[in-house]
Amino acid sequence: MYRYNDYDRAIVKARAAQFRDQTRRFFAGELSEDEFRPLRLQNGLYIQRHAPMFRIAIPYGLLSSQQLRTLAHIARTYDRDYGHFSTRQNIQFNWIPLEQVPDVLDLLADVEMHGIQTSGNCIRNITSDPYAGIAPDEIVDPRPWCEILRQWSTFHPEFAYLPRKFKIAINGAEHDRAVVRCHDIGLEIYRNAGGELVLRVFAGGGMGRTPIIGSVIRDGLPWQHMLTYCEAILRVYNRYGRRDNSYKARIKILVKALGAEEFARQVDAEWAYLKDGPSTLTQAELERVAAHFTAPAYAADAGGEAELTARAADDRAFSRWLARNVREHRQPGYRAVVLSLKPTGKPPGDADSATMYAVADLADRYSFGELRVTHEQNLVLADVRAGDLHALWGELRKLGLATPNIGLLTDIVCCPGGDFCSLANAKSIPIAQAIQERFDDLDYLYDLGEIELNISGCMNSCGHHHVGHIGVLGVDKSGAEWYQISIGGAQGNDAALGDVIGPSFAADQVPDVVTHLIETYVAHRTPEERFLDVVRRLGIEPFKTRVYANVASAKRAKEVEHV
Amino acid sequence: MSERRTEILLADGSVIADDWVWLRLPESTEPQKKAAGKPVLFRVTGETAAPPDVVAGVAVPVTGRVLLPLPLWLARKDELAARVAAGEIGVWIDSFEEPEALPESLADLNALPVIGLHFPRFVDGRAYSAAFLLRNRYGYKGQLRALGDVLRDQLFYLRRVGFDAFALREGLDAHAAAASFADFPEVYQTSTDQPQPLFRRA
Repeated sequence: MYRYNDYDRAIVKARAAQFRDQTRRFFAGELSEDEFRPLRLQNGLYIQRHAPMFRIAIPYGLLSSQQLRTLAHIARTYDRDYGHFSTRQNIQFNWIPLEQVPDVLDLLADVEMHGIQTSGNCIRNITSDPYAGIAPDEIVDPRPWCEILRQWSTFHPEFAYLPRKFKIAINGAEHDRAVVRCHDIGLEIYRNAGGELVLRVFAGGGMGRTPIIGSVIRDGLPWQHMLTYCEAILRVYNRYGRRDNSYKARIKILVKALGAEEFARQVDAEWAYLKDGPSTLTQAELERVAAHFTAPAYAADAGGEAELTARAADDRAFSRWLARNVREHRQPGYRAVVLSLKPTGKPPGDADSATMYAVADLADRYSFGELRVTHEQNLVLADVRAGDLHALWGELRKLGLATPNIGLLTDIVCCPGGDFCSLANAKSIPIAQAIQERFDDLDYLYDLGEIELNISGCMNSCGHHHVGHIGVLGVDKSGAEWYQISIGGAQGNDAALGDVIGPSFAADQVPDVVTHLIETYVAHRTPEERFLDVVRRLGIEPFKTRVYANVASAKRAKEVEHV
Repeated sequence: MSERRTEILLADGSVIADDWVWLRLPESTEPQKKAAGKPVLFRVTGETAAPPDVVAGVAVPVTGRVLLPLPLWLARKDELAARVAAGEIGVWIDSFEEPEALPESLADLNALPVIGLHFPRFVDGRAYSAAFLLRNRYGYKGQLRALGDVLRDQLFYLRRVGFDAFALREGLDAHAAAASFADFPEVYQTSTDQPQPLFRRA
């Protein structure tokens, strides 16, 4: 993974010192709340229900065991012993007093971490494929490109006060695992017919209040132009993005209003001045950064395959875990292992300090001291020998990290919701837990196959409900918490936004609604069809009909009340 | 309506007395607009600042150095030619106005000793791009002055994009604020102050 040089280190240390002084001036009354707000936001601090929520960047989801130990130490010493891994591959703490944040930033800087631009109206943490560098379908390793963009966007002087937040994702594989079509800028790196590295540039995608799938505004862009082209997009957006209404301030609204073609024309007009300028990437810079992402020292004869097959054959629980939580690897004899942070009864994505310390040790022993965070809020040990899988499984079971539910209904993606977040309309964690409890039978879950269920506590869509096969959105109706259900959303190459099935439901009805959705699927499926395939084939009608015939929506409940 | 500022912080940290009069258009009497129930904070790029009759009715001080609002300059530049030649005219541009209009309005942008860019609130970041364009695309070499809600914690970025004079919001200590110019020892990306990215220098 990328390691800081002296420049990187000096810049991050200077940032920690800058924020320490800003915090001091805030407490001394020299900075008003309004003046301090964007400063703390751009260091990852929201004011939340309990204390500031502190979001720490995990650039494109890559962590070292040493960094994870520091996060564990912070959880234990400064927070209430746990952290929450988010859908943007970051980690969030909920209970650190503002006064102590400068000390935590110093600790983080010591292990090359920070909260820089993890919130606020600026360019956020760059996200990517959690299987970068090891996925069999990878065309180009996206990590060097992420790092180059991370450096370019860090403290970009012109783009720190944008109309609204700005998220960039990069994918370098055949299958998009970075949701590039739902980002302000999504980049796909691939090789053209001539074998040259080029970029496909999506712009104007996003979730939130107005979900939109991004448009391709340029294809075949030679890689050298990545930064100048992004600069052109950002300059057009900074100047013309709407600042009159924060609900219409994201770039997607500008792209939609102008049309993708006209937006692309304006970007090209700006880019004409920047193209081939000093920010054009050089082979030397690409090589310098790429040298940080070379393959670890894999054993040439890792072996272990025969033993693995034998063990899987006579242990059903182990083979199930292999089927769900272990992924193919580019290197023969190796696998990637997903650690499920979704056992029934725990908030999705949460990990306590003991778990973090233990996972750091496992990363050292089994996976070259590194791990990844997925946007589905799980952890990945990316380079595990096939022959080590059984032993690792045993360790993970003891830690409660071996729930074999990756990609299944209970692998719920979920924001912190109304329990923690002051933006939320409704709680999301109790909904996730109720659904997990309802579908706790592993045999049944297996039979249902792949189903992605996403829950957001409000329109900001941190739980990515728009792209869930089943999406649950918390809505506020005259002070009460209700939940709107959508189906048919999807991430990936054929990303789609879900369709709302109808009026919303009370919290305790949501598990019933999910049950009826699932039973509709089971009634109509052919053996090879996933839930999503059936929704795509039949549309939402049969699902909707069955749900509303059996569960009283909020609207119906109200009507009954008024009779 | 005019406002006289007493202190200007310069990019080298020094503080000078201001000898320019910042001439502003009368405040709009239109009722506050709302969108989705929230008051509209910033005007959309390209909106006009004031109707032509309002601009025509503003009295320009007849002597001394004056920083004129862009619409006034565009409407009445012909009558001001002699004063431009005397170096007495500068122009300021609001955050929702497009800076391109200024270089298009005169043969030599550098005939203006000062161009101001206005921050209605410091979170309106459009003037960062305007400054970049004036310096890099239109070759402006004179004083580029940040006006309005100009605060200490943005100075590092403001100087990078090309501002070299800062009319800090009233009540701020310009000498103390100058410390923020040294917030970071190094920068990654290009801007007006640094035409080469770190990867071409390190």
